[in-house]
Amino acid sequence: MKIGLFIPCYIDAFYPEAGIATLELLEKLGQDVEYPLDQTCCGQPMGNSGCNSDAAAAEALFVRNFARFDKIVMPSGSCTHHVRDNFDAIPQTDEVRHVRENTFELVEFLHDILKVEAFPWAEFNHTVGLHNSCGTLRALRTASMSELGEKPFSKPMDLLKKVKGIRFVTPKRPDECCGFGGTFSVTEEAISARMGVDKVRDHHDAGAEYIVSADSSCMMHQQGCAERAGVPIRFIHIAQILNGAAQ
Amino acid sequence: MSNRPVNHARAAEHFLEDAPHLKFHDERLWDMRQKRDAQMHMLPEWQELREEASRIKEHTLAQLPEYLEQFEENAKKNGIHVHWARDGAEHNRIVGDILKAHGARSLIKSKSMVTEECDMRPYLEKQGVTVTETDLGERIQQLDDQLPSHIVVPAVHKLTSDVAKIFAKDYHTDPNIRDPHLLAEAQRQAARPVILHADAGMTGGNFVVAETGTFVVCTNEGNADLSATVPNLHIATIGIERLVPRMADLGVFIRLLSRSALGSPITQYTTHFRGPQDGGEMHVVLVDNGRSHRLGMDDFWTSLKCIRCGACMNTCPVYRRSGGLSYGAVYSGPIGAIIDPTFNERKYSTLPFASTLNGSCTNVCPVKIDIHEQLYKWRRVLVQHREIPFVKREIMYMAGKLMGQPKMYRAALRATETSLESLPRFALYNWLNPWGKHRELPHPIKQTFHDWYKKNRATPAATAPESGK
Repeated sequence: MKIGLFIPCYIDAFYPEAGIATLELLEKLGQDVEYPLDQTCCGQPMGNSGCNSDAAAAEALFVRNFARFDKIVMPSGSCTHHVRDNFDAIPQTDEVRHVRENTFELVEFLHDILKVEAFPWAEFNHTVGLHNSCGTLRALRTASMSELGEKPFSKPMDLLKKVKGIRFVTPKRPDECCGFGGTFSVTEEAISARMGVDKVRDHHDAGAEYIVSADSSCMMHQQGCAERAGVPIRFIHIAQILNGAAQ
Repeated sequence: MSNRPVNHARAAEHFLEDAPHLKFHDERLWDMRQKRDAQMHMLPEWQELREEASRIKEHTLAQLPEYLEQFEENAKKNGIHVHWARDGAEHNRIVGDILKAHGARSLIKSKSMVTEECDMRPYLEKQGVTVTETDLGERIQQLDDQLPSHIVVPAVHKLTSDVAKIFAKDYHTDPNIRDPHLLAEAQRQAARPVILHADAGMTGGNFVVAETGTFVVCTNEGNADLSATVPNLHIATIGIERLVPRMADLGVFIRLLSRSALGSPITQYTTHFRGPQDGGEMHVVLVDNGRSHRLGMDDFWTSLKCIRCGACMNTCPVYRRSGGLSYGAVYSGPIGAIIDPTFNERKYSTLPFASTLNGSCTNVCPVKIDIHEQLYKWRRVLVQHREIPFVKREIMYMAGKLMGQPKMYRAALRATETSLESLPRFALYNWLNPWGKHRELPHPIKQTFHDWYKKNRATPAATAPESGK
C-alpha cells in the first residue's frame, strides 16, 4: 500500500511539527509514505466560501498529485471532509473518484484501516482535553455526537488511551464548535474569537494542561484566543502525542 | 423595505459587548438544549421519530396541493371559513376585511411567526384596529417595538430588569422589580381586561390535519386558548406547509415538538380546533408568502419541513452569542439563515455566512432538515448571484489561482518567510486583518514542512508529473 501524505497549507506554514509527526508516525508503523512536493491546498477555503469554481485549480492539482497512491492520508479533518464530501469543482472522473474515496483523516486511517493496537514509543505525562473539530465529529463521524444520543464512541480517544501516562478531562460542552470556521474567523471575527475563548476556558476550567486535536486549524484559532485572553493552556496535534512527543 | 445586506457581524459584535446579557442568553439557551438532550435520552425511539416526522413532512410537501384541497373541503364541512393568501399583503387584507365585516376594533392574538412575516400589526393598526399580543414574551417585544428574537421564546435576549423597565413605561409598575413572577402578574392584570373585551381573537396553528379539516395550537401559557375562545370571532393564520395528512400523524410531531423546543415532554396546552364555537365564527387563512416558490427549489425545499421548535437556535453557538435580532429578519438562527434569503436574497445574503457550518443544528432538528448543508449550498448560490462582497470574491479568486500553481505558491510563501516570518502573502490582504483583533497570530516557524521534507526525505520522484490529468 503506497500512501500519499497531504499536509494542509496551514500545517505546512505554521505547524510543521504536526506534519513531521504524522510522517514519522506512519513510518514507525511500517508504512510506505511519500509527500508529493507540488501540493498546495485541497480547495476547502474556496469551497466553504461559496466560491466553488475558484477551487477547481487546487482540486485538479490535488488529483494530479495524489491519483497514483492507494491511500491518501492527512492530519486534518476538515480537509478530508472537503475532499470526501464537497470536492466537486472539477469533473468527476474515475481518477477524481479514486482520490475522493481513498482519502483519510489520520485518526480514522490509524483506527479503521491500520487498526493500530499500540504505540509503544508514546508517553505523555499530562492532563489533556480532547477537541474534536466539527469536521471530524459531525462530518467524518470519528466520535459519537451528543445531539444524537448514540452509543458513545471515540476513535481519537481509543488511540490516545494507548499512550502511557496520559490523563483526560472533559469540558462542560465537549461538542461545542470552537468558532474557527475558516473564513468565518475573519468575516465574523468577534463571534469567532468569543467562541474560541469560551472553548479554551472550558478546557482550562476542566483542568486540561493541553488541548489535543486532530485539526490544527481549530488549534491555530484557539491558541490565538488563549494567548490574547491569557488562558494558560497548551496545544498539541494528536499525531505528535501518538508519535511520542515528550513535552 | 431596505435591500441593504444585514450586517450580522457588526450587530453580533455589539451584542458581545454586554457581558450580563450575553451570559444569560448563552446559558439560558444552552440549558434548553441540555433539557432537550435529557428528553431525547428518555425515548429510545428518538431517531425513529425524527425519521418518521421527516418522512411524513416530505410526503405531504410532495403532494401539498391535494392535501390543501382536502383540508379546505373538510374544514368547510366543519363550518370553518377558509381563505387563501398569496402573500403578506393579501393576508393582511383578508384579515382586515374579516375584522371590518364584524365591526371589530380590538384584536387579541397569540404568537404567530406568519403574522410577523406579513407585518400584520402595523397594517391593522392603520385601519384603526388595536392589536394586543397575549403571549408574555411576544407582548414584551410588542411593547418594545422589536421583532421576536427567537421563534419560541421571543424575548429571550432580555433580562428581568429590561422587562421591568418596559412594563414600568406601559403598565406603570415599579421599574426596579426583579421578581419575574411579579412582572408576569403585571402582564396578566393588564391583559385580562383586554382579553375579556376583545372583539376578535387570532392564533397561529402548529399543525393542520387534512383528513379532519382541523388544526392544532400548542402553547404553554394558555393565552392562545383565551384568544381563540373568549371573543366569538377566531381567525387562525397558518402557513401552507403546516399540513399533516392524518390525525394519526400528529402523535409523531407532538412528541417531538416540545421536547426539541424547551426540553419538556409536551406543551401545557395542545388544543384541537374543530370548528367555530356556538354562535361564533372561525376563519383559517392559509398563507403562501413565498412557500410554493421555495417548494420549487431543489436544494432548499426541505426547509419547509420546519415545525418551528427553535432547537437549531438553542444549539447554535453563533446564535447563542449574537442574539436573534442580529439576524435582522423575522426568522433568526440557523433555520432563519436558510429561509430568509428566499424572501430577499440581497438583504439576507450575509446570513448563510454567519455560521461555522459545525452541523449541530442539523443533528438536533426533529424533522431532519440538513440545515448546515443548506447553508453551504446557499453560499454557492449567493456567490453565483454576485451577492457577496467584491473583495471577498477577489481574494478567493486569487487564492484559488495561487493554490493551483505550486511554484508560485512556494515563491509566495518563501517571500513572506524572509520578510515577515509568519504569514503567507495572500493572508496579508486587508480583508484578513480582523484575525488579530481578538487573537494572536500563529508563532513564526523556522522551516515549513515542505522544506523540512525536501531536506530530510525527498527524492526527485516526489514531484508530480508535469502534465497529466
